[in-house]
This record gives sequence, structure tokens and C-alpha cells, in this order.
Amino acid sequence: MKGFRQPSVLPGFGLTLGFTITYFSLIILMPLIALVIRSTGLGWDGFWAAALDARVLASLRTSFVTALIAAGINVVFGTLIAWVLVRYRFPGRRIFDAMVDLPFALPTAVAGIALTAIYAPNGFVGQLFSPFGWRIAYTPVGITIAMIFIGLPFVVRTIQPILEETSKEVEEASATLGANRFQTISRVLLPSLAPAILTGFALAFARAVGEYGSVIFIAGNIPFVSEIAPLLIVIRLEEYNYAGAAVIATVMLAISFAMLFIINLIQAWSRRRYGYGS
Amino acid sequence: MAAEHRTRRISSPTNEPAWVRWTLILVGLLFMALFLVLPLVAVFSEALRQGIGTYIQSLQSPDALSAIRLTLLVAAIAVPLNVVFGICASWAIAKFEFKGKAFLITLIDLPFSVSPVISGLVYVLLFGAGSVLGPWLKSYGIEILFAVPGIVLATIFVTFPFVARELIPLMQDQGTGDEEAALSLGASGWQTFWRVTLPNIKWGLLYGVLLCNARAMGEFGAVAVVSGKIRGQTTTMPLQVEMFYNEYQGTAAFALASLLALLALVTLVLKSALEWRFGEELAATGRGH
Repeated sequence: MKGFRQPSVLPGFGLTLGFTITYFSLIILMPLIALVIRSTGLGWDGFWAAALDARVLASLRTSFVTALIAAGINVVFGTLIAWVLVRYRFPGRRIFDAMVDLPFALPTAVAGIALTAIYAPNGFVGQLFSPFGWRIAYTPVGITIAMIFIGLPFVVRTIQPILEETSKEVEEASATLGANRFQTISRVLLPSLAPAILTGFALAFARAVGEYGSVIFIAGNIPFVSEIAPLLIVIRLEEYNYAGAAVIATVMLAISFAMLFIINLIQAWSRRRYGYGS
Repeated sequence: MAAEHRTRRISSPTNEPAWVRWTLILVGLLFMALFLVLPLVAVFSEALRQGIGTYIQSLQSPDALSAIRLTLLVAAIAVPLNVVFGICASWAIAKFEFKGKAFLITLIDLPFSVSPVISGLVYVLLFGAGSVLGPWLKSYGIEILFAVPGIVLATIFVTFPFVARELIPLMQDQGTGDEEAALSLGASGWQTFWRVTLPNIKWGLLYGVLLCNARAMGEFGAVAVVSGKIRGQTTTMPLQVEMFYNEYQGTAAFALASLLALLALVTLVLKSALEWRFGEELAATGRGH
């Protein structure tokens, strides 16, 4: 181990690192390798034939488009909620602050059936729209709503700490230099929040793309219309088409790792530029 | 800040006018009410729609009871294993300097960026028909897939990072000074860990366990793929909720779901209490997730 680690008087390095790596390899690495091996089992042509299948492409499009829209809506309202929670004092603020984490704590299947009950044509909100012939549940709109639910805390919790750190002095300086409040917010505050907002967007998007439990109940799951990619993986598995499932999973994994890479780039860039990471 | 409010309420250059403030607050709270509070209310109102009697009755059905038992069993195995892993990983990462550390931290977060369905799928591919391991284990009478071990494995996969990612930044912040002092005073390695390190990290550890447990009991996608959904045997609470729901047993589905929603509420209350009471000691941890 010479040169591998710096000397220390503390014991247990070999034991804890050994256990960490073994456990990680058994639980995470080995199964992921099994996935890659199985999807390459089809060969190059077979892989692309399965990946470019019309239904697969449609499900990927549904997943990515709805996740993009949901992440976009979350960025707008998540930034607003973070702002309100950090900057303003009002009754019940702490309770609402705690509620932001509800989507982390509420099991996705529970969220799924609850959202369906609300947005179904006879539901609490759904019945407001059904007289106009607008359906929310069992359409891509329903998928988007479930993804908004699941992604909101990622945006709020990424922006909140940065907003808390931002000192009022910057805003005061901007005001003394003659900027009005709108200019201060749009030209001074928002640019310094941009990396956090982008990170929050990417996190909410990545979560929404892979989301399953909260989406499938409200989606309607009509092939080519409201069928998300994770559901198609499950359908392929039920058809015992393991290789087909592995191919969709590999494509999705490749895209989410690319997202992860982009998030890391944004954070590295923001550290250089603003001196903090999120 | 309060003083500033009193003296310069009307035209503070770093504050918005009151009507803007209250409009923003209203929009934010309405959005949260619509997307967060309303689903929670819906769970309980649907569960109690046919009265408290039916509610209690449907929670006592054999299917519901066996689902509750299985969920508790799975969490009781998965959470402690991830606690041991989390403590080991954060000890190695936070107390020592070695090459590849940043990469290891990134790897630990990996399961968060994998779709739950894929987290289940990988075990189907590893142990299912056509794999090498599955039939070999089966010849010794060990069933992984469509049985409890598969559910436990999938749950461990999705809850893998929770404890470690709370402890790593916390222990990095605390450094190695306390441990070095204990060792120099003659404590053994284990004594140092139990008497010095563990008391230092206990609130952060509890925070991680809380989040890990909530996810372990509530996981749906990953478990759905590996469980096979054998009634009374491999259905956890979230899976049983889905089964009831698809069988048009709405009240039974929402009754069981209300227990999971209660778990979520308790988790949130304890988590907030930890943040308010021990905010300083948790300060290094990234909130959320």
C-alpha cells in the first residue's frame, strides 16, 4: 500500500475500506456488470434493433419530454418557493419548509394512487376540468404532474442553502449603485443562483426520467402515447424478453450517467466562478 | 432583520413591496398545497371514505398483515446492513487520505442516479433464468428471485447511499483530532470508535437511518421487479397497495397506503426535529435526498 495512502495513527483503514469495496462490488457493481453483459449479448446489430424499436423510442420520448417539462415547471416554482422560504417570514413557514421533503419520504406508490384519485375525471381537481373535455389523469399531462411532485424537493433543496449564504451586502451595493429591485434580482441575484438552479433542474430531471411508482398509476400506460420507458422495461421482463429489457435499461443508464457528468461539470464550474459548490 | 423591518418597512431597497411579498408567498404556498398537501389529504380521506370500521377491518386482512410483516422484515435486514456499510465507508473516507477517494465518493452515490426499475432489473439479470448464478444457487435450494432475498437485495441497492452520504461530510468536518487524542491516551481502536467517534456522529447517523428506513419501507419500483408478487409471500406494503388498487379495492389500497403516509409524516417530523435541535451537528450534511 506504499504511496497509496498517507500515513495515519488511526487503525482500521484496511478493514473498513476492504469492507466498503467488497460490499459495493457485490451489491452495486456485479449486478450492473450483469446488465451490460446481457445487453451486449444481442450483438451490435441486435442491440440497435432493440434500442431503435418504434415503441421503445416512443416510450423514451414520452419519458424525456414529460421529465423536461416537469423539471422546467419545478425550476420556476422551486426557485420561487426557495425564495419565499428563505427571505420571508409568515405563519406556518417551518411547516411548509418541512413539507418540501414530503416527496422524499412518501412512498412513490402512495403518491401515485393519491395523485390519480385527485386528477381522475371524477377526482377533486379532475372534475373541474372534465366538463371542458380536458383529461389530466391517464394522459401525458398526468405523467408530468407526478414528475413535478417527485422532482420539486430537488430544486428547492439545491437552491435554498445557496440563497441563505448570499449576503444582503451584494444587494445593498447594487441598490446604492442605482439599480431598482427588479434589476438587482434579475442581474445580480439570479446569475449567482444560476449554477444551483441548473443543478436542481438536472437532479429533478434525472429523477423524473427514471421514476416509476408515482407515474404508472396516473399515466394510463397507452403504448406510443403515455407509456414511460421504465414501464416498458417491466413489460419486456414480463414477456421474458430479458435482453430487450437490458437494452432499454442500458440506454437509460447511459443517458443518466451523461446527466450526472453534466451536473458535476456545472458544480465544478460554479466552484471556480462563485467559490462554492452545491 | 426584524429591526430593519420595523424602521424601514415602507421602502427598503433590499426588500420587495408588501404586495409583491404576499403575492409570492401566496403563489408558493398554493403550489405546495396543490402538489404536496392535497395528495396527503387524499390518501387519508379515501382511506376513511367508508368509515373507520371498514378502515380498521381492511388493515386486518391477511394480505395486509402479511405485507406489513414482510416490509418490517425487509427493512430490519436492509437498514442495519447499510448502516454498517455507511459507518465503514465514512471511516475509511473521512479519516484517511488515499488515492481515488473522490471517485469512491461518486461511486457510492451511483444508485441515486439509477432508475428504481433498473435497480430491480439488474438482479433479475444476475439471478434469473439464463443467468449463471441463479440455476447454480437453485441447485442448492437457494431461491433469490421472486423470494425474500431478492427483495432485500433490491432494497439494499436503492437505499445504499443514504447513511454513507450523511456521515461522510460530517466525519470529514470533525477531522481526526479526537480519535488521535483517545489513541494517545491508550484507548484501543474499538474503544475509540465506541466512546469517541460514535457519540460524535450519533445524530447524523440517526438522520441517515431515518431517511434510509423511509425509503426501504416505501420502495416500489425495484421491489416490484424482483418480487414476483406472490400473494401473502413476496408482497411488501407498497406492492400490496398496488394489488388492492388494481383489483378495485380502493379502500383497502388507501388504508394500507395511509400507514405508509403516516410513516412518511413521522419521518418528516423526526427529521425536522433533528434539524432544528441539532442543526449545528448536522450542518455538514447535505440536507434532503
